[in-house]
Parts: sequence; C-alpha cells; structure tokens
Amino acid sequence: MRLFLTLLFRNRLAALGAVLLLALVLLCLVVPLLPLADPNVTDTPNKFLRPFSEGHLLGTDHLGRDLLSRLLWGTRLSLAVGVAAAAAAAFFGTLIGICAGYFGGWIDNGLMRLIDMIMAFPYILLALAIVAALGPGMLNALIAVAAVNVPFFARNIRGISVGLTAREFIDAARLSGQGHARIIVTELLPNVLPVIIVAISTTIGWMVLETAGLSFLGLGSQPPQADLGSMLGEARAALIAAPHTLIVPGAMIFVIVMSINLLGDGLRDALDPRLRSGALARPSPVTRIARPAPPPAETPARGVLDLDGLTTRFEVGAQVYKAVSDVSLTLGKGECLGLIGESGSGKSVTALSVTGLVASPPGVIAGGAARLDGVDLLSLPYRDLRGLRGRRIAYIFQDPLSTLHPLYRIGDQMVEAIRVHRKMPLAEARARCLDLLRTVQIPNAESRLSAYPHELSGGMRQRVGIAMALVNDPEVIIADEPTTALDVTVQAQVLALLDRLRRERGLSILFITHDFGVVGQLCDRVAVMYAGQIVEEGPTASILAAPAHPYTRRLIACVPELGGGRRQLAAIPGLPPAVNRLPAGCAFAPRCDRARPDCQRDPIALRVSGPRAARCLYPEEALS
Amino acid sequence: MGRYILYRLLSAVPVVLGITVIVFFIMSLIPGDPATAILGAYASPENVARLNADLGLDKPMVQRYFIWLGNMLTGDFGRSFSLNRPVLDEILERFSATLILAGVSLLICAVLGIVAGVVSAARQYGLADKAITLAVLVGISIPSFFLGMLLILIFAVQLRWLPVSGMYEVYGGRTLVDLLRHIILPATALAAVATGVVARLSRGAMLEVLRQDYIRTARAKGVSETGVIWRHALRAAMVSIIPVLGIQAGFVLSGAVYIEVVFQWPGVGRMLVDAILKRDLLLVQGGVTFVAACYVLFNIIVDVAQSLIDPRIKA
Ligand code: SF4
Repeated sequence: MRLFLTLLFRNRLAALGAVLLLALVLLCLVVPLLPLADPNVTDTPNKFLRPFSEGHLLGTDHLGRDLLSRLLWGTRLSLAVGVAAAAAAAFFGTLIGICAGYFGGWIDNGLMRLIDMIMAFPYILLALAIVAALGPGMLNALIAVAAVNVPFFARNIRGISVGLTAREFIDAARLSGQGHARIIVTELLPNVLPVIIVAISTTIGWMVLETAGLSFLGLGSQPPQADLGSMLGEARAALIAAPHTLIVPGAMIFVIVMSINLLGDGLRDALDPRLRSGALARPSPVTRIARPAPPPAETPARGVLDLDGLTTRFEVGAQVYKAVSDVSLTLGKGECLGLIGESGSGKSVTALSVTGLVASPPGVIAGGAARLDGVDLLSLPYRDLRGLRGRRIAYIFQDPLSTLHPLYRIGDQMVEAIRVHRKMPLAEARARCLDLLRTVQIPNAESRLSAYPHELSGGMRQRVGIAMALVNDPEVIIADEPTTALDVTVQAQVLALLDRLRRERGLSILFITHDFGVVGQLCDRVAVMYAGQIVEEGPTASILAAPAHPYTRRLIACVPELGGGRRQLAAIPGLPPAVNRLPAGCAFAPRCDRARPDCQRDPIALRVSGPRAARCLYPEEALS
Repeated sequence: MGRYILYRLLSAVPVVLGITVIVFFIMSLIPGDPATAILGAYASPENVARLNADLGLDKPMVQRYFIWLGNMLTGDFGRSFSLNRPVLDEILERFSATLILAGVSLLICAVLGIVAGVVSAARQYGLADKAITLAVLVGISIPSFFLGMLLILIFAVQLRWLPVSGMYEVYGGRTLVDLLRHIILPATALAAVATGVVARLSRGAMLEVLRQDYIRTARAKGVSETGVIWRHALRAAMVSIIPVLGIQAGFVLSGAVYIEVVFQWPGVGRMLVDAILKRDLLLVQGGVTFVAACYVLFNIIVDVAQSLIDPRIKA
C-alpha cells in the first residue's frame, strides 16, 4: 500500500488530480455552510450580469440567479448523483458478477448472456429507453446511468470471482459446511473489493458526465433545480447573449472529469508492473552507444568481421547487467565460427550488438568495436548502418514464428528485404525470391510465396528465414540458434543446407547455439561463452578432442552419443551467475569441480596459446 | 469468408432478439396506464381506449411482445402520434442524418487518433509525445456538448467561419459543400473524446508491438525507421486498434445524441430526446430497437474487417 501510494504520487499529474478532486469534494461538502445567495431565487431585472459584477462574483443567469451559488450547488448535486450512480452500478454489478462467478453453470451462463445483450446496445440508447419509460427526472436519470453501467462491473467481478472460486480456501470453506451467502460475504467479497474500488474510480467521472448529459438534454434534473448539466442546457439558449453562463459550468465539468482522469491514469500506471520495469519503452532503431573512448574508426582487418572488446550492458533502473564483457572474436572469410553457451550467457546479445540491434532501452553498448572489413559498424551514422543491415550482414533468427511478421505474406517480406536496399522491379524481385526458396529446398515454392508464416511448418519457416537472409548475397550471416526450435531430423536437414550454402557461396557464418553437437557438424572454430565472457576458443576438432576449460568439458558432455535421444542441458548442475552480480574471480567457480580458493580472487585473463585460448587457472588440459 | 459472414449474421439473430426483449421489458416498466401516460391526464376515455387497443394493451404481455415483434418484421413500427407519420419512415430519414454525422466523426477519430498514437509512440517521451498526451487528456475530459457549444461560440458566432447549426441552409440546394460546412463543427465535437481514446490506445498498442521479435527482424533487414513504424508496427497494432474503433463507434453513436441537440442536427438522437419529452413512446421504442440492431450489424462489419487484416483468424 505504501509503495503504491509513493508510486501514485511520483506521478505528479496524478497527484494534481487527487488534490484537485479532494478540494472539490471538500468544497461540495461545505456548500451549505457558505454565505451563498439562494441558487433558485430569480431576479429578472439583473439577468445575464457579467462575472465580477457587484454581489455576483460569477454573474447571473437568464433569470438573474446567482451563478456562483448555482455552480456550487450544481456541482454538489452532480457529484452526489455521479457517486450514487457509481455505487448503485457497483452494487448490482458485483452482485451479478459474484453470483455468476461463484455458482457457475447455468446461472453464470444465463446472467452473462443477459449482460452480453445489454452490452450490445450503444449505452445511451438504453439510458434513453429507461428514462423514456420512467419519465424525466434526476432520480430516473440516476437509475438509467447506473443500469447501463452494471454490465461493466458484472463482467469484471465475474472474471475475478471465477478465478477465486477455483482456489483452495473457497473449497475449504465449502467443505466446512458454511452456507453460500456466508462464503460469499466473508471469503469472496474481501478479495474482490480492490477490483471494485478500481472499477469505481475509473467509471465515476464517466457517470458524473453521463448524468450531466441527461440533465443537459432536459431528461435529468428539472427546473429550478441546478446541476451542471441543466446549467449547460439553459446556457445553450443564451449562447450568444451570455457566453459566461456556458463557460462557468462547462469549465467545472471539465475540471472534475479531468482530475478524475488524471487520478485514474495514475492508478492504472501505478498498478501496471510493465511500466515500472520499463518493458513498455520504445526500442530505438540502433542500440544506444556510450563508449568511454571511441575506438579508431579503421584498423587493418584480421577477418571479415572482427569484434574487438565488445561490451554490452542492460541498464534497468540502478541495476546494471553486464550481458557481454569485453568480447573479441574474429570471423574469417568463408569461415563458420560457432559461439556457444547456455541461455543467458550473452551469446545472442553479442550477435545483436554487431549491428546495434539490441533493444535499447535497456541495452547500451558500453565499449569495444565491431568491424566489418576493418570499418567499425558502431561508429557509423545510422543511415550507413541501416544500409549494411541485411545487405552485407544478414541475420537468421531462432523461432521464425515470432521473428517473421505474422501479417505479411512470405513473398512480400522477402521482396521487401531486397527493395529496401536497391531498386528492383517487383517481378524481378519475386523471381529472385522464388529462386531462393527453391535453393533452400522448399517444396511448392511458388505457392509458399503467398503463404503467411503461420501456415508453414517450423522447418519450412526456418528455411524461409534462411532464404530471406540470402536475398542480398551478404558477406556475413549471423545465425542465432536457427535450429533450436526444430526437431532432430529437420535440424539435421537445415544444418546440411547451411553448410552447403556456405561452401557454394563463400559465406562467413557466425553460428550461435547452445549445442556442441551442432557445432561439431558445422563450425570450423568455436568460442565458448559464459556469463558474458569468452572462456575458451579454438578449432572445433581440437576443442572437442581436448577441452581446456571445465565448462567446455561439461558442455561437450551434454551431447549424447549418436542416436542417444535428446540433449539435456540440465546435465550441468547449478545455474550461471546473475550478470548484475558477477563475482570478482572466475564466474564459473561455484559450479566448477576443479575450483580452488584463488580462482575467486581476481579476474582471470584469457590465456592464448597458438590457435587456442582459455580463461582458466587450472585447465583440464594444459595448453602448450 | 462468405461462410464466416453468414455465420456471424446468424449468430447476431439471438442478440437482436434479446435487444427487442430488453426494450420491450423496459417499456413495460412505464408506471400506470401507458395510454394515459401518453395522452395525458385530460385525455378523453374514448381516446385512451382506442390507443390501448392500438397498442394492444388489452392483451397479455407475452402476446403483446410477439405482436410487436411480428409487426416490426413486416416493417410496421407503428405510428408516431406526435409526428403523425409511420415510425419507420421517420427513423429511416433521421437515421441517415445520424449516420452521416457519426460516420464523419468516426473517420476523423480513426485517422487522427491512429496518426497521433503512432507519432506519440514513435517519439516516446519526446516533445510531440508530451504534446499529444496533453491534447488527449484535454480531449477525453471535455464533455462533447460543452465542446460543441464552445466551437459554436468561437467559429460560428465570433469568427463567423461556419454555420451555427443545422445540416443544410434552409434555402439552399442541399449541396455537398453546404453539408461539409455544416458538419465540420459537430463532427469535430463528436470525435474529440473518441479520438483521444483511440490515440491513447494506438500509442500503447504500438509500444507493445515495437518490442516484438519481428520488428527486430525488420530492422535487421535494413528497413528504414519510417517503414518499421508505419509498415511493420502499425499493421500489427491495427489488430488491437480495430476492435477499439468498433467500441468507439458505439460511443460516437451515443455522443451523437448530445451533438445533434446542440447543433440542431436532424438525426435520430434528437428525435429520441424530443420523443421522450413528448412521451411519444412508440417512436422511442422503435428508434431504440432500430439503432441498436444497426449497431449489432456494424459490429459484425468490424469483426469481418478484423479477419481481413489478421490472416491468423480462421475465416
Ligand atoms: S578458473 Fe578455477 S573455478 Fe574457474 S573454471 Fe578454472 S578451475 Fe574452475
């Protein structure tokens, strides 16, 4: 509760709304005590006095009645009626909702059908029908407005009640022989109360407005009684002669409704966990780059793609998650480099950082460089970087059901990938896409062009993802677990396909996976990541034969013998450390069976020896 | 698609029937003798008896309902005593005026609301976002009938740019230009709240979509930010925006009652208010039933539009 209030008041607008509303309510409560003129006494000679005239602070209306007095009394009435309508709607809505949710079965069915019917009306028609039947008048307007809002409460409360009724404490109460009424009142009601209060707070402004509206139409409060709506209705006739009679009550309704809206928004925001975690922040087109010292823009290239001390963090509030720390890798021309690690090891973030695709906020590239042919991509202006994306460096993502746009046809998505980079006639682009779909061995390629992603099987979708990456003949392909979502046979096919394409087209592939079996089939070299760092690197065959880092050995041990069923990652006991609380020394120490005290003391350097490197004080295999 | 539409139409039948039952039930709540209520306390007994027979009030309630329903199905909504013409003729004439007003408002609210929402999301926490958020707050807080009168005061009375009220000039040729001049103010006043709601929702939907994996894919393909926002994200966000447009249509239709009164628009809402004040209950009954049924139909159209934009919905 405390937290909730602080959250609410951190939102200054919501606080403003709360204060305004409180002031208004207090004002309305003390109206009878104020030295006001009688709101209903007419004084026709003094009609339409302007505001600030003698004795009438806000002037007078068409019958010479004091506007200030009518305004305050009117506000009082409008608010009271709005609150009463909300209370009535909440009461009956809750009754219906709880009964439906608690008893279920045909009671639920019948009640909800009825509610659906009522909701099929544009709400005001129903209100008008009720007022028509009962006759105009403030009480009848109140009944009408309450009645049309009952369904809203009934629906909400029913939803909660259904959930609660399924819980154990209700069962326990039933078994202990308590009556239905008792269970509802003592067990169910206290639990739905917060929902009722939130629902009231979000609808009350609405009800004030609606009752005012009916009065405005002449169907609510009857003369001479003033409420805000009827004051506006009367002002309509004198719109030209005395605009102030319009502005005064209109501004009041506006202030009331706005302060309720502000408060309601604040409530909603305070209750929404996603706002707090920043999950609703818009990711920018390029990851935010905040490098202390920009690296040299151009250096002699070692491979096609060089990562040099790449460091990426997630900054959520005061927490800093070091997802990628000082990663350096080199991908040679025509080479396939595996990047392997458990989920959360930072391998995907590394891959996305290369072209600034890490969602930001919260992602920040805090250091290092990613060079394509010696040119640092992260120093490029956005336009140039965008021109490279998909043209020279293309991605293949995991799970193409979520990574392909669900609402566009396959063909259109592929054609777009071509045409954002160069002008090409539509027919030519389609022909090229068709060609590629055949290359990745999609049967009936022609008809697949006009299919939607959800109409294809997982394996087919993955092939589409591969074909889409190839449309611009990129030099580098970054494949982020492209086979993880597939079953073993399809996986083998896709891997074979990638291998073939690589050899035919001279592609350089950075292949991200958690599976050493896959690495063994495809990759020339492999880099092992743990807690955001490279812990071992070297030629695949050599590492598979003799892993140096204990973690690498464990990962290799996870791969079953051929035909030995599915892989199990759980084979490594323990969990990787949270990257916002990395230990000083070796991050793997808590799970390592070779750990010794000094492992945990200082950061451990990557020791290079020949083609291999490892980050371990007591490696399994001494690297010469 | 044809089968889906047919299915939706068929499933609307019980809803419309339910609407007639509810309307009939509400109208039977009239305290006392409806004929006297309609004709006033000083009506001659013969007139009361005749109206009672006209309304079929001498028969039991269930029978009366079916007579009423049967008559409606044959296009006989009864006769309005205050206007002395068939209820259905009056409704059709008035409803077309309402449709024009509500349609233009809905168009304004859809276009303006979505654009504002998208811009707001694209510039989250930027100046444009803040300005739009503020405008939205004002828009959804200002009662439409107050806004309508303010607009009249400013643009019709003070500036004299646009006519004060009505749908056409009294002595005019009922031209399209004339209609446009007359509709700008009421449509704007009517659209304000709905535009605010749509803008707010579109912003939320866009922010939700912009975090999806397929947006990252679009960026990885090298799609420009404009393309990402308007082609990729908006298309996906429309899936959640369209139902809201459907809901807002109901609010626009409701708000039209006020706006028609403020602007003397010859629509069905003003007709209903007049009918209530004159206790012309047959007109109210027929009008409410007719408009509610049309609204159900409209919602089917929204659902069909939804299935057109989202291929994942099995049509
Ligand atoms: S440094 Fe020590 S704790 Fe870390 S992996 Fe090597 S042996 Fe294990």
